[in-house]
Amino acid sequence: MAVKVLIPTPLRPHAGGKAAAEFQAKTVAEALNHLTTEFADLKKHLFTDQGKLRSFVNIYVNDEDIRYLAQENTPIKDGDTIDIIPSIAGGTSMRATGEEE
Amino acid sequence: MAETNKLRIGEDLVEKIRRHGAETYPYECCGALLGRDAISDGGMTSPREISGLFPLVNRTVDSPHNRFSVTPLDVLNAEKVARAGGWDVIGWYHSHPDHPAKPSEYDREHAWPWYSYVIVSVQEGVPLKMTSWRLKDDRTEYTEETIEVRSEPVVKSGV
Repeated sequence: MAVKVLIPTPLRPHAGGKAAAEFQAKTVAEALNHLTTEFADLKKHLFTDQGKLRSFVNIYVNDEDIRYLAQENTPIKDGDTIDIIPSIAGGTSMRATGEEE
Repeated sequence: MAETNKLRIGEDLVEKIRRHGAETYPYECCGALLGRDAISDGGMTSPREISGLFPLVNRTVDSPHNRFSVTPLDVLNAEKVARAGGWDVIGWYHSHPDHPAKPSEYDREHAWPWYSYVIVSVQEGVPLKMTSWRLKDDRTEYTEETIEVRSEPVVKSGV
């Protein structure tokens, strides 16, 4: 048994094309560390240069946002699923009269 | 010159996106594009294909007429619906009320490379031009991709 990390489509090109990876880990930080060790290219997409999780990357453990748990120290057990979820937003310019192309 | 990316989508789904944009006007609509990425098989390439939509509620409360956002839980749900159908989340669609169907600087700052971003322009409540874009890996700019509209439903014919 292990924990499963699900990788969203935009990050798969940096993870050997894989949709998921499994690791033995006791915390979210440990699992993400295994992930970015196996796929070094993923690291810059998930973490800042200071090693903090990027603000537009969300991590869920079994459908729970780790921001409301113990953040990266959130404990995990065999059979748990970790989802990496990109923040999605957009829209036209802030200007109500929009001057962009 | 690099080959232009192509996005294949059924006529019925195009109509659903346009209708969604008209329904939420003057606010932006948004949703997930579910399907499969392009497949290369022995020199034959079938394009990226959208097989379903997952319409979402625009969670922006302060300026929904020119912004859209979805919660991480919405994204997670879109991922689950995609997986259940044997698909992936291929991209996202949204409308630009009274604006052209071109990505804004705000779009670029909040976009991810790889995804297809479909934008439909809705002018005075009427959906007009629809375009699709991909952000370059270095995030500097978008490239437009060709939308290939299928008139028949997406069902594998085995041919």
